[in-house]
Amino acid sequence: MANVVLRNVRKTYPGGVEAIKGVDFEVGDGQFCVLVGPSGCGKSTLLRMVAGLETITGGEIDIGGRVVNEVEPAERDIAMVFQNYALYPHMSVYNNMAYGLRNRGMAKGEIDTRVREAAQILEIMPMLERKPRQLSGGQRQRVAMGRAIVRQPKVFLFDEPLSNLDAKLRIAMRVEIRKLQRRLNTTSIYVTHDQLEAMTLADILVVMNGGLVEQIGNPLEIYKKPATTFVASFIGAPPMNLIPLQGADANLAGAGSGAGILGIRPEDLVIANEPAPPGGVSLDLIVEAIEQVGAETYVYGVRSRQGETPTVSAKPGELPPGEILVRVPGQSGPAIGERIRAVAARDKLHLFSADGRKRVDS
Amino acid sequence: MVERQKFGNLIPHVILCIGVLIVAFPIYIAFVASTQDTATIANGQMSLWPGPHFLDTYYRTIFVGSSGTTREPVAMMMFNSLVMALMIAVGKIAISIISAFAIVYFRFPFRMSIFWLIFITLMLPVEVRIYPTYKIVAQLHLLDSYAGLSLPLIASATATLLFRQFFMTVPDELLEASRIDGAGPFRFFKDTLLPLSRTNMAALFVILFILGWNQYLWPLLITTRDDMQTIQTGIRKMIASHDALTEWPVVMATAILAMLPPVFIVVAMQKLFVRGLVETEK
Repeated sequence: MANVVLRNVRKTYPGGVEAIKGVDFEVGDGQFCVLVGPSGCGKSTLLRMVAGLETITGGEIDIGGRVVNEVEPAERDIAMVFQNYALYPHMSVYNNMAYGLRNRGMAKGEIDTRVREAAQILEIMPMLERKPRQLSGGQRQRVAMGRAIVRQPKVFLFDEPLSNLDAKLRIAMRVEIRKLQRRLNTTSIYVTHDQLEAMTLADILVVMNGGLVEQIGNPLEIYKKPATTFVASFIGAPPMNLIPLQGADANLAGAGSGAGILGIRPEDLVIANEPAPPGGVSLDLIVEAIEQVGAETYVYGVRSRQGETPTVSAKPGELPPGEILVRVPGQSGPAIGERIRAVAARDKLHLFSADGRKRVDS
Repeated sequence: MVERQKFGNLIPHVILCIGVLIVAFPIYIAFVASTQDTATIANGQMSLWPGPHFLDTYYRTIFVGSSGTTREPVAMMMFNSLVMALMIAVGKIAISIISAFAIVYFRFPFRMSIFWLIFITLMLPVEVRIYPTYKIVAQLHLLDSYAGLSLPLIASATATLLFRQFFMTVPDELLEASRIDGAGPFRFFKDTLLPLSRTNMAALFVILFILGWNQYLWPLLITTRDDMQTIQTGIRKMIASHDALTEWPVVMATAILAMLPPVFIVVAMQKLFVRGLVETEK
């Protein structure tokens, strides 16, 4: 039971590369914090710094009121679940879980109780004597979690623990991790690049990009009010449409919007044959492609008034410039080549500054 | 397809059989010679079937020794060879696994230079540095001792390289998991690296044991006492050079005996040996 506080944490590699450029946030006792961002944004490095596997070159990391900058990983009272599980291949499941406890000199009986208890929770009792190579991916995942649980640490650290599992199992394990964390009520920090995992697991979501925190908050708050265009395009799938307000589009979002970037989520656009509601936006599109996924249909359209559409810097997950994505419930959608009009209400619009670093509307 | 497969199996089979014959026939002849008496071999009338002297020849070879230049029983030579080969194999593995551990897992000044220094010794086998090595061993008063026989052969770049390559394939997460589990460098080495290297060590042991067993030049140089000679040098000394009659049955019996331990080691450790060379279980 502990909170984790990061104060202006920095990481500069000996070559001068700055991986973490000053990060501040706090994870309260028992909270589930998810670090999310594209690969290379520094989220794993940050987690490894909390674990003590990477040195901290600036700032402080505080676990349960104790600054742990110079503390060995084993002394930090943390447990970590690795992406490739990192189980000891030559040890049985039982020994994998017991190893850390034995190293601390815990009594045999106590070790046995804890291992069996964890095995019970994770339903891996019948596999205690097996070697990791005799287990499936999901089972190995459970053992890795078991190894973390038996230590009864102050903090769980998860480094993309589900990315080696297939899609179905990933969802099942995701739910299970959340349930387990609620049950044990242990502070957790979880790293992922999957925004869906991030949204569903997090009490606090930390969106990172390029070694900096872009936004911290409740996942739904972040979804509703992304602070930058990066967050807007990273959180939510399919990504938000971003339209630069320049040239002919300058007054697209009503009076006074001026230069900037307009964001509209694909699910907030409605195909309608009417002008935009007051303060809202209407876009005339030519349908270019359609994706049917069953419960909904994604309509890719190009603005029919083309020519001067300037380019937005295309980041991962972002649409190519000039293309607009509309998400329609059900299977009914327009045909390819059809001209449609998509409208969005005033309260569904997101306005950002021209560089995308700031949200301008409230 | 079926026909092709038939031929596909037959031709390699025949070729392999020919190969086995070429390799095995001289060994068979050696065995046959060791069961004849000296006169039969000397007059060139040896038959291709084993003779009647199997038991007495081998008894004499192992426990009495030839009546020629060396009078040491072969049992003593085999013991010497065995001690030397074991010391070389175990010593090499022990030293190289520790040095590979240091090179892969620790950051210390001149790490790469040290690695390359070890690497360069690949170009300097005992035969090349024989005079300085002999001088050092002599000045350390190690002539005619087991230490003198094995120490100069123990330092090994090949084994170090092999372990280094293996350690580099061990995922870093294992080390990190160990650190979180409270295992220091020594515990990590003992509890994780050693068990994982088991098959590699077995494969190396087989190779190095045979290498040590087959040493000829070095034991020949540094042993002067008859009771310290190894079986490889002993065979040579049994063959009389002047007008004395060489006891060929004893020589052949010694040759056969010299072959047995390496064969035994290979057969006994074959499973581990093959796994050590091909397996990548981590």
